[in-house]
Amino acid sequence: MHYFSEILPSLISGTGMTLSIFFWTIIVSVPLGILVGLGMKTKFKPLTWLIDIYVWLMRGTPLLLQLIFVFYGLPIIGIVFQRYDAALFAFILNYTAYFAEIFRGGLQAIPVGQYESARVLRLTRWQTLRKIVIPQVVKIVLPSIGNEVINLVKDSSLVYVIGLGDLLRAGNVAMARDVTIAPMLLVGIIYLLLTAVCTLVLHQLEKHYSAWR
Amino acid sequence: MLELKGITKKFGGKTILDGVNLTVEDGKILTIVGPSGAGKTTLLRCISGLEEVDSGEFVLDGQTFDPATNRDNDSVIGVVFQDYQLFPNLTVLQNVTLAPTMVLKQSAIDAKKEAKRLLDQLNLGDKADLYPYELSGGQKQRVAIVRALAMHPKLLCYDEPTSALDPDLRREVQQIIVKLRDEGITQIVVTHDIPFAEAIADQMMRVEPKD
Repeated sequence: MHYFSEILPSLISGTGMTLSIFFWTIIVSVPLGILVGLGMKTKFKPLTWLIDIYVWLMRGTPLLLQLIFVFYGLPIIGIVFQRYDAALFAFILNYTAYFAEIFRGGLQAIPVGQYESARVLRLTRWQTLRKIVIPQVVKIVLPSIGNEVINLVKDSSLVYVIGLGDLLRAGNVAMARDVTIAPMLLVGIIYLLLTAVCTLVLHQLEKHYSAWR
Repeated sequence: MLELKGITKKFGGKTILDGVNLTVEDGKILTIVGPSGAGKTTLLRCISGLEEVDSGEFVLDGQTFDPATNRDNDSVIGVVFQDYQLFPNLTVLQNVTLAPTMVLKQSAIDAKKEAKRLLDQLNLGDKADLYPYELSGGQKQRVAIVRALAMHPKLLCYDEPTSALDPDLRREVQQIIVKLRDEGITQIVVTHDIPFAEAIADQMMRVEPKD
């Protein structure tokens, strides 16, 4: 017990990094994912091809590899990121692609009649999206988004590869120094707590959206 | 008064509407009848601006207009869809007030007052806070009618209003349409239900499938 309280501060500081990557990725990727998802549905072909290639790259290669490329690869062509910015950049790119695919699926589920009915009421495209389409899409995609959100909590541990000190790395350091698996037990418990909070929030959101069908 | 002159609509190489002429007098009910595939719904979709016509002219109160592009003036054409297409994420009241507040820029209070009045008129006064999934088919249809009326349309169109209703509700929608006519609202009703069409029509128009 005494040992746990000794290593806890370093684990908590690692958790700070994990949470910071997590929140910024969610806050930026979800709206971006909606935009890219809408972009996939436009009739302007060059845009949809570009998006297709982007999504293929992001889903077709490991996130770990993307992190390495952003931090060690981009400087070759003159784009230099700080470690933390590189991590955020890679995570946002990667998660936006997944979110976009999810939103595209949700958008396809909205019947044409909803757009037509908005059109004869003379709502603009933007009003139709904001008041009618997006709320319905969000309800449809919430379970899939939830999956990605939980994944993101754990994926954030990949930032160790570019030398950032997150929760898992803090545990790793303590394990190597003290030659005991005990820190990893604590690390596991903290991840479980984080994902439990996410699960609760997601359940609340789903409950909120269950007011209508 | 709405006049259609030589309205022609093709899909691919197939001519669906071939030079349709018709006139609807103000405050009258025009029914458009005919078998499935005759182009009734297409005609309604052209009038309401959901399809662009290949040729022909629309004249409303002496002025030419294009329903497919002319979305910004007051000559609104309201539509009650066959499957109603209420917005499932909004309550009955929100379904009705959405367009008046966002498009006609009515204040929330005015829009709500007007919506309540119309809902009461169609016996939906106690349903204002329900969501569409909580309503029966007939109630959904009445909400769709109220939603269209709240935009003060010059013309109200119905696509197959009786197709999903049992006989009692059929009589009810008949009464509603006639009542709205008595209040001076011009209406076009597309239906394959001939007895229903005959019961409400001031004018009837038959369309036949083209070969």
